[in-house]
Amino acid sequence: MENTKDYDVIIIGGGATGAGTARDCAMRGLRTILIERLDFTAGATGRNHGLLHSGARYAHTDPESAAECIKENMILKRIARHCIEETGGLFVSLPEDGLDYHAAFIEDCRKSGIQAEELDPAEALRIEPSVNPAIIGAVKVPDGSIDPFRLTTANVMAARMNGADILTYQEVIGFLREGTRITGVRLRSHRDGSESEIRGKVTINAAGIWGHHIAQLAGVDINMYPAKGSLLIFGHRINHMVLNRCRKPGDADILVPGDTICVIGTTSTRIPYDEIDNMEVTPAEVDLLLREGTKLSPAMAWTRILRAYAGVRPLVADDSDPTGRSISRGIVCLDHAKRDGLEGFITITGGKLMTYRLMAQEATDMACAKLGVSRKCETAEVPLPGSENTDDDRRRRAHIIELSTEQKAAEERHGSLTGRIASNDDAEDALVCECEQVSVGEVNFAIEELHVHNLVNLRRRTRMGMGTCQGELCACRAAGLLERHEKCARRTLNDLASFLDERWHGMYPVCWGETLVEIQFTSWLYEGVCGLDTDTASPSGPEQPLH
Amino acid sequence: MTLQQQNISDNNFESCIKCTICTVYCPVTAVNPDYPGPKQAGPDGERYRLKKPLFYDEALKYCLNCKRCEVACPNDVRIGDIIQSARIKYAKSRPSLRDTMLANTDFVGSMASTFAPLVNFTLGLRPVKYLMDATMGIDEHRTFPKYSSTRFETWYRRKAADTQAKFDRQVAYFHGCYVNYNFPQLGRDFIKVFNAIGIGVQLLGKEKCCGVAKIANRCIKEATRDAELNLRSIREAVGNGLDVMLTSSTCCFTIRDEYPHLLHLDNADVRDHISLAMRTLYRLVDEGKAKLVFRKDFHKRVAYHVPCHMEKLGWGIYSSTLMKMIPGLDFVHLDPHCCGIAGTYGFKKEYYDYSQGIGRPLFDQILESKVDSVATDCETCKWQIEMSTGVPVENPISLIAQALDVEATMKANGVTVPPVAD
Repeated sequence: MENTKDYDVIIIGGGATGAGTARDCAMRGLRTILIERLDFTAGATGRNHGLLHSGARYAHTDPESAAECIKENMILKRIARHCIEETGGLFVSLPEDGLDYHAAFIEDCRKSGIQAEELDPAEALRIEPSVNPAIIGAVKVPDGSIDPFRLTTANVMAARMNGADILTYQEVIGFLREGTRITGVRLRSHRDGSESEIRGKVTINAAGIWGHHIAQLAGVDINMYPAKGSLLIFGHRINHMVLNRCRKPGDADILVPGDTICVIGTTSTRIPYDEIDNMEVTPAEVDLLLREGTKLSPAMAWTRILRAYAGVRPLVADDSDPTGRSISRGIVCLDHAKRDGLEGFITITGGKLMTYRLMAQEATDMACAKLGVSRKCETAEVPLPGSENTDDDRRRRAHIIELSTEQKAAEERHGSLTGRIASNDDAEDALVCECEQVSVGEVNFAIEELHVHNLVNLRRRTRMGMGTCQGELCACRAAGLLERHEKCARRTLNDLASFLDERWHGMYPVCWGETLVEIQFTSWLYEGVCGLDTDTASPSGPEQPLH
Repeated sequence: MTLQQQNISDNNFESCIKCTICTVYCPVTAVNPDYPGPKQAGPDGERYRLKKPLFYDEALKYCLNCKRCEVACPNDVRIGDIIQSARIKYAKSRPSLRDTMLANTDFVGSMASTFAPLVNFTLGLRPVKYLMDATMGIDEHRTFPKYSSTRFETWYRRKAADTQAKFDRQVAYFHGCYVNYNFPQLGRDFIKVFNAIGIGVQLLGKEKCCGVAKIANRCIKEATRDAELNLRSIREAVGNGLDVMLTSSTCCFTIRDEYPHLLHLDNADVRDHISLAMRTLYRLVDEGKAKLVFRKDFHKRVAYHVPCHMEKLGWGIYSSTLMKMIPGLDFVHLDPHCCGIAGTYGFKKEYYDYSQGIGRPLFDQILESKVDSVATDCETCKWQIEMSTGVPVENPISLIAQALDVEATMKANGVTVPPVAD
C-alpha cells in the first residue's frame, strides 16, 4: 500500500518519547506520522519500574536531572492523572547504609526544589508498615507510580486526535535521501513482509537504544551502550508508598507499587548491542534482587513472585569527550545537520520516562525551527485523553462505590474514557481477565480504539493477562474476541501460542512454588485440554510478525 | 539459590491457582448472578482490596459462609475466611437493628424463653409475620424456632447435676443457645447416651453464644468478647481433664476454626479437646471403649444431611457410621447440598428467595426419598428443612438416644449409676 502523503515529520519509535513527540508535533499543526517496528511500549518504555520520580533519586548525583524530574513530575500529575498514582515515597536508611548520605540527601533535595520531609523511623513504619523495621532514618518525598503503557497509549491517542497517522509493525529498513538531506524512510511490514516508502521533511529518531541502529542506517554515528536492568514483579502490593534505599543509587534499591502489583529493581549490567532483543533474567540477578529487596521490605521473602523482566537503558556517549567513553547525563537532542551535515534528521535520546514530555518538546522545537513553524508547545497544559475532567467522569467518580469491581478497575485504567466501554448487558460485563478484572466491553473498546491487533497489544492496553494467572484463564477468551475482529482462526491460534510462550518466558526465572504450580496447570489446560501444541499452532515469538 | 528455595508465599490467598473449582461448588453462585463467586470475591478480590479498600464489593454480603469453597479447593486456600474477613474489615454499612437482634441469640433467647408460650404463639401469627417482614426485613414466610419455657441449664441443675457427679469419667458440654433456649431435649438425649456408657456430663463454668451469628452479622466486638469468655471456660474444663463436647456442628466449627481465623483468637492449646459428641462417641465405640446396644423394636427410615460446616470439619462420616449401626434404621444418604439457611441468612427478606433456591435440590431429594425423618447435626439446617419439606428433623445423637436399649447398654459398659429421670 503506497502512502503518498507528504508529511512534515516522521517519528521513529513508539515508546513514550516517540508517542509524546508525535503528540506534540500534531498539536502544533505538523502533518505527523508515528512509525513503530512492533507495538507501542515494546522497548524500554514497557520495561522499567513505572516510577514517577520526584527527582530525589538524582538529587545528590545529578541535580540537573533532579530539577527536570520534579518539574515534569508536577506537570504529569496535571496532564496524565489517570496514568499516575500519587503514592508518595520514602527514602530509608538501613544500619548498613549509615546516616551520612541521609543528611546530605535532604539538603540536596531542597536545592533541587524537591519537597523532602524527614520522618522519625517509627512514624515511617506507621505510614508504611511494610518497610524494614530496622531502618534508622526516613525521608518522605513526592514519588509516585506511573503506568507507562497507559501513558504511551494516551499520547498516541492524542496524536491521532490531532491528525497524526500511526503505523505499527512497520520497521525502518532504510532512508530516502536527496543529497545531504533525509527525505523519508523505507519500511518493511512485520505482517506480510511488504516494503513501502514514506516521505517527510524532517525525520525524528526516537527509537531508544534501537536509535543506535537507526542512526547507522542514516549514515551517522551515535555511540550508545545498552545497560540491562532486571526487575521482579510480585503478586500483590506489599507497599503503598514507593520505597527507596537512601544511599548512592545501587542494585535493587527501589520498590514501586504499581496497579495491583509491586516491582523491585533494578540490576545494571552492560550488555553487547546484539543482545538487546533477547534479554534473559539470570538466576544470579533474581537472587540479587531478592537479597537486596528484602532489606527494603522483608515481606518480599514470603510473597509470591509473578515474573521477571529486563529492560535496557540507552547510555549515550558524550559528544564532548573525544574518547567516546563518558556517558552524557540527561536529555540528548541531536541536530544532525549541525553535528554531521545531514539535513532533515534529528535524534532524541538519553533522558528517562519521567522526562519523555520534555524530550518530545525539545525534539519538536527543533523540528519546528527547521520547518519554520512558530507555534508554542502546549503539552504541559492540555490534559491527555483519559485525564480530562468531564461531567461524565465526575458522575462516575461520585458513584464509584456502587460500581462493580471491574468497572472500578476500568475507571482506574482508562480514566475519563471509561464511558466509552460498553456495559449494556451481562455479555458485555462478563469478565475476560478475572485477575485484572477486564470485561468483554473493555476488550472490545481496546480492539476498536487502541490499536490492538494481537493479544500482546491487548495486554498492554488493558492489563489482560498481567495478573496472578498470567493468561491461564483469559488468553483463550481474549483470543476468541480477537478472532471476531481479525477474522482468521489460524492467525489467532498462532497468536495465542505466542502469547502463552511470552508469559512463560517471564515466569521461567522465578518458576518455583505457586508460580510453578500455576504454569503447570496452565500447560495442562492449553496442551492437555485444548490440544494447543506444536502440531496445532506455531508460536512466532511475542513481538514477531503475525503470520 | 537458597533465597529462591525459601521464597514461598506465606499469603494464603496467593496459593490460588485460579482453577475456579470453588465457584463450581458455590451454592450462591448457582442461584444469584449478582454474587461474583468465591474465586473473585476471595483471592482475586483480595489483591484489589490490598491495592485500595475502595475495591471492596458490597456483593460479598451474599456469601453464606458455608465454606464449601474451602472443601472444594485443591490448594487449601481459605476462601471463605478471606471473604468473611473482607466483610468484617471493609464493609461500610453498620449492622442494622434486625441484624443485631438476629445476632444476639443469647439475649433474645433468654428474653423469649422467659415468655415462651406467648412468644411462640405471637411469632406464629400471620399479622405478626407480616409486620416483621414490613418493618424489620425478616421474611414473612420464615417459621421461627419455638422457644422452650424451661431452659436446659435450669433442667440440668434441677434434675441432672447430682447424678452426673457420680460417674468416674467426665466430659464438659457446650450446649449452645439452641439447646438452652429452644430445644433442651437434644441436651437430654446427649446426656442419656453418654450416661449409658458411663460418662458424666458437666456444664462449663460460664457459656455464651459461640458467636457464629454475631460474626455473620459483623458484630465483631461482641463476638470476640463472648469468644474470650467461652475460651476461658473451655480452658478451665480442659485444665480439669475434661474434653468439651458439642451437639451442634456449627458451634463446634466456630469455636475450633473461626475463633483463630476470623477473630484471631489463639485456641491451639485447647482445640484438640473440643469435639462433636458424635465424633467422640464413634471413637469410643471404634476403640472398644464403649458399647452400644440398640432396641429391637426401633424402626425408622432416616435420610442424613451433612451440614456445610460438618463437611468442612470432615466429620460427616462419624454421624453416618454410628447411625448405620442401628439395626432398625433404614439409612438414606443425601447428596451434598447446602440447605440454604446459613444461620440468620435465610431469615432476611432480601436473601429469602436465594436461601430457598439454594436448598431446593436438597428439599426435592428429601421429599422423593419418603423418609420418616431427616438427621442432621445443625439446628439451623433443621429449621430450614422442616419448614421447607414438612419432614421432621432430628440430631443424630437423638436418634441414637431413641434407639438405645439403655439397660442393656449400661450392663454392657458396666455402668451402675441409675439414669437421670425424664
